[in-house]
Amino acid sequence: MSMNNVGRPTRPEASNDDAGFASLSGGRGLLQDEPLIFELGGWTKTGVDLPDAVAADGALAGLTRDDAIGLPGLSEPEAVRHYVRLSQKNHAIDLALYPLGSCTMKHNPRLNEKMARLPGLSDIHPLQPQSTVQGAIELMDRLAHWLKTLTGMPAVALSPKAGAHGELCGLLAIRAAHEAAGNGHRKTVLAPTSAHGTNPATAAFCGYTVVEIAQTDDGRVDLADLESKLGDHVAAIMVTNPNTCGLFERDVVEIARLTHAAGAYFYCDGANFNAIVGRVRPGDLGVDAMHINLHKTFSTPHGGGGPGAGPVVLSEALAPFAPTPWVVHDENGYKLIEEAEGVAAQAFGRMSAFHGQMGMYVRAYAYMLSHGADGLRQVAEDAVLNANYVKARLSDLMSPAFPEGPCMHEALFDDAWLEDTGVTTLDFAKAMIDEGFHPMTMYFPLVVHGAMLIEPTETESKAELDRFIDALRLLAEAAKAGDTARFKNAPHLAPLKRLDETLAARKPKLKWKPVAPAPLAAE
Amino acid sequence: MRYLPLTPEDRADMLGVIGAGSIDELFVDVPAVARRSEPVDLPHHAGEIEVERELLRLSRRNRSAAEGPFFVGAGAYRHHVPATVDHIIQRSEFLTSYTPYQPEIAQGTLQVLFEFQSQVAALTGMDVANASLYDGSTATAEAVMMAQRVTRKNKAVLSGGVHPQYVGAVETLAHAAGVTTLRLPAAIDAEAAVIAAIDADTACVVVQTPNVFGTATDVSKIAEAAHAAGALLIVVTTEAVSYGLLKSPGAMGADIAVAEGQSIGNGLNFGGPYVGLFACREKFVRQAPGRLCGETVDADGKRGFVLTLSTREQHIRRDKATSNICTNSGLCALAFSIHMSLLGEQGLRQLASLNHQKALATAKALAAIPGVEILTPRFFNEFAVRLPKDAAEVVETLAAHGVIAGVPYSRLEPGAGLDDVLLVATTETTLDTDITFFAKLLAGAVQ
Repeated sequence: MSMNNVGRPTRPEASNDDAGFASLSGGRGLLQDEPLIFELGGWTKTGVDLPDAVAADGALAGLTRDDAIGLPGLSEPEAVRHYVRLSQKNHAIDLALYPLGSCTMKHNPRLNEKMARLPGLSDIHPLQPQSTVQGAIELMDRLAHWLKTLTGMPAVALSPKAGAHGELCGLLAIRAAHEAAGNGHRKTVLAPTSAHGTNPATAAFCGYTVVEIAQTDDGRVDLADLESKLGDHVAAIMVTNPNTCGLFERDVVEIARLTHAAGAYFYCDGANFNAIVGRVRPGDLGVDAMHINLHKTFSTPHGGGGPGAGPVVLSEALAPFAPTPWVVHDENGYKLIEEAEGVAAQAFGRMSAFHGQMGMYVRAYAYMLSHGADGLRQVAEDAVLNANYVKARLSDLMSPAFPEGPCMHEALFDDAWLEDTGVTTLDFAKAMIDEGFHPMTMYFPLVVHGAMLIEPTETESKAELDRFIDALRLLAEAAKAGDTARFKNAPHLAPLKRLDETLAARKPKLKWKPVAPAPLAAE
Repeated sequence: MRYLPLTPEDRADMLGVIGAGSIDELFVDVPAVARRSEPVDLPHHAGEIEVERELLRLSRRNRSAAEGPFFVGAGAYRHHVPATVDHIIQRSEFLTSYTPYQPEIAQGTLQVLFEFQSQVAALTGMDVANASLYDGSTATAEAVMMAQRVTRKNKAVLSGGVHPQYVGAVETLAHAAGVTTLRLPAAIDAEAAVIAAIDADTACVVVQTPNVFGTATDVSKIAEAAHAAGALLIVVTTEAVSYGLLKSPGAMGADIAVAEGQSIGNGLNFGGPYVGLFACREKFVRQAPGRLCGETVDADGKRGFVLTLSTREQHIRRDKATSNICTNSGLCALAFSIHMSLLGEQGLRQLASLNHQKALATAKALAAIPGVEILTPRFFNEFAVRLPKDAAEVVETLAAHGVIAGVPYSRLEPGAGLDDVLLVATTETTLDTDITFFAKLLAGAVQ
């Protein structure tokens, strides 16, 4: 046995078979079981030191809260441990490739975080005098300039707070334009079956009826079907480009022409702008409105589900209807127009209070400056290259949904290759967790059976891509070899096994409740 | 380029594996008319040093709240956020993860959301809360849409105390969705006046407490009137710290409580990102917008958390969804939850009392100035004052002397005829010397 000079063994004695091993306490190496904050017993604790408050003075008589609120408190060390322990149960882009198609999980530069925390950008109030925030408004103007130039569009509404909010903004601008032109009777929106769920949801939210457009066998909008459904009742079409199958709509210019000829507007879902930024300007394709997810293409962190930002670029026809606030500047400086008046007289309203997601603007602007026009073009090229590389290296084992021709920034497979293996797309995805990767987007788009949508993004190295591809190849071979147990119960190595989602929905338990007091024992 | 790992050799190798002669071959589906052979007309890439220089230049042209006396509120409040909060939200596993769609490897985010929902339900006094919306104003608009679904009626009555920019967000969406809005004229003590406007067609009544003028109101009577007419009561709060001192919306009969959660855990950020709080009665939960996190068990019977009731949501229900929201305010909700955990009930109550006391002290100092009148009868940490001059001009004058005096109401609603009204907010960060200096400058400015 190897020992150091105080007699401590320095090598494992033997290789033990750890199958079925369980710790005594429920702990798990570096992973700690962590109760809820409500179970940590801190009903009288606090992790802040504030001056003692004086008793209420009676000014709020009858309005004060006298019952218990029911909030636990933690000292600072307990709070830090609680959240750090929880954090270790999350996958993250900083840990490994995160190939969620449609989500663009790319590296989040920390310089952007540092810039967003400069006091002059973070510690300013949306309603302090505009004379005291000239730099902030200038930053919004600079961001707008970059977005307009990259898309080839004349105007941008910055304020939408995420992609779906941007869709809403775009459709409201379209609606306002139709109403102004006396075309308020146009109440139909056309969208492909492959569209993101937000597209039909947004259209319905605006009072529109959604009609689906068919798709061709090669994964694009069916022009004949589109043409047959266009008419005087159609307000807009909503088409994602590159589309959710990861393909560029070859006929996009014709789609725009047909749409405009029918008196409708072309809303483009820009969730996949990362594939074309710097190489293609949507304005050159005939687009009237397109949202840009700053949390996708321009790398602001996803934060476990937000916040995002969804500025919408607009054509000349729609620009007058952009919501307030508007950013303008003249020789006296920068200004926010907050009411529908003056040049903004036709604004359709406002998307929210204040001016939008400034914290995201700063990060996105820092990201754009870092890449520049040349780097952003390289972003698109590398994103597309990486996706095609994944597709090329997996096509012999898995079935690409659209094998002909290149894909854009994401590679789409169907589940035909899993036929007769007893393994489903869900099983395969869960088994990826055991290999250390986040699953790809599953069962979307709806037009492809058992869809697996892989978006590697440009910030993956070739070595990491190869590691990922090699793991998927091993899994695919295992599935075909009949090793179904590996898949059916996957994941085996995650902090938890597969969760019962049916139970969660059947008996919703949406908040912590105190355990009922134990009934008195019979005497 | 420091964020792009592929080398020229990698690119050549990969094109070889793909069987493409050049990168352009991968863009072959782009119509020729739209192919750009050169970068667009923008500057080329820059190093960290250059980027920092540019952002620092812009930041220095802004007057940050920490620089001196600062009394701006009206929907966003400058509170002290413990250093722990920003440290934790920058952990990779929280900052750089996606929506927790794979619960086995997202229990960190999911447990936080469950704790967040539990905290929000407790604060608002409601049965259930969701996992956040964008901000308070969009949460208010979503609440109005939800009331339409629940009641199948199409009229919303909004009090004259609701923040005008919230009204704007509601009206924009309501107009598109076919909901009629009746917004009563702006008034300091506005909430009770909505009772007279409720009729059988009313789907919901929207009141705010403390309202945009700072007035705190017991809305129990409004709840009774709304319920008698088959309408829902939506209670809006823009200052979440007030939950530590004032009666909760749930205790006063609210059906839906919405709030701006920025005050807790989140900085001012010039208006965003913030975090919308949304809570409602349990019987309405299947009509609620946004994500919900619920408790369940895994295959071994261990407790775990998942996103649930997603058949309400756009990715499943598409055009029948209760909302189009997808991305929400996850990281801001985390910041809120950490700060709230650090405060605990005791800390929150103390914080709320401190805020109230600062406002009382400020109001007392300002009331002593001849010509200045305190308008708000009952307030938490913000109140309206009438000045003998145009409030916007006074704010500019004081800003030139280093004091940001508040928000002229005319900035929020130019046509309301309240150009002489200034909204003044205080928090625990307001120093006694700030109050003294403010009062001194204001006395000079209104002479």
